Amino acid sequence: MSFAMQRQGEIVVVDVEGQLIVGNRQELKQKVLDELERGERKFLIDFSRTGYIDSSGLGVLVSLSKKIREQGGELRLANLNDDLKTLFELTKLDTLFQIADTRERALESF
Amino acid sequence: MELAIPSDVQAIERVVDAVVERCVAAEYPRRLCALNVPVALTEALANAILRGNRGAADKQVRVRACVQADQLVLEVEDEGAGFDLAECTADPTEASHLELEGGRGLFLMSRLMDRVERYAPETRGNVVRMTLHRP
Repeated sequence: MSFAMQRQGEIVVVDVEGQLIVGNRQELKQKVLDELERGERKFLIDFSRTGYIDSSGLGVLVSLSKKIREQGGELRLANLNDDLKTLFELTKLDTLFQIADTRERALESF
Repeated sequence: MELAIPSDVQAIERVVDAVVERCVAAEYPRRLCALNVPVALTEALANAILRGNRGAADKQVRVRACVQADQLVLEVEDEGAGFDLAECTADPTEASHLELEGGRGLFLMSRLMDRVERYAPETRGNVVRMTLHRP
């Protein structure tokens, strides 16, 4: 499991590879917060290579969403597979996040 | 299948992988193998390690997985004092809870498994048993 970060224009794109769970969620949180601290304000987290997410992973996304918003920034999610969509629907977090079907659509939505 | 792991969240993924592997071998539906089992088991293990054993290096978490043709039963045992499932009733999907970072673990376990029970073994500790029937 790892997190690959790259910039596309003024957007920071994070690819979550593997699981986003209690054992690695802090790493994702810190990477995004470091970029926020550096002045980045637009973030896209892409889940096309993600297996599953646990409640800790969901919690980190909620926390990041709040912190980015508080700094005047925006967070988008993209490429949730059907299982991950179910997870977001069960927890109603699909109502909290802006979720795009594809990376391209998410990038265009900023 | 029965194994013991240290109270370290880094040990969770290999346990989950091993259990999911058995579910796949038993030809459980793809969604159960990709969502229900890994997420619910990760939650139970994280609870046992972080809340039950409080991450204590000298304590272990025991996992028993019984993958049968009609159902699978997962038991996660820690060395802690336990908790009352009935008291964990907060609904994380309520508008006032939606933006909280925590509070979704037991909720997900109960939604992704058919039955979640907790009991105290005769010796010491706390066991969470989760049952999932094959659809």
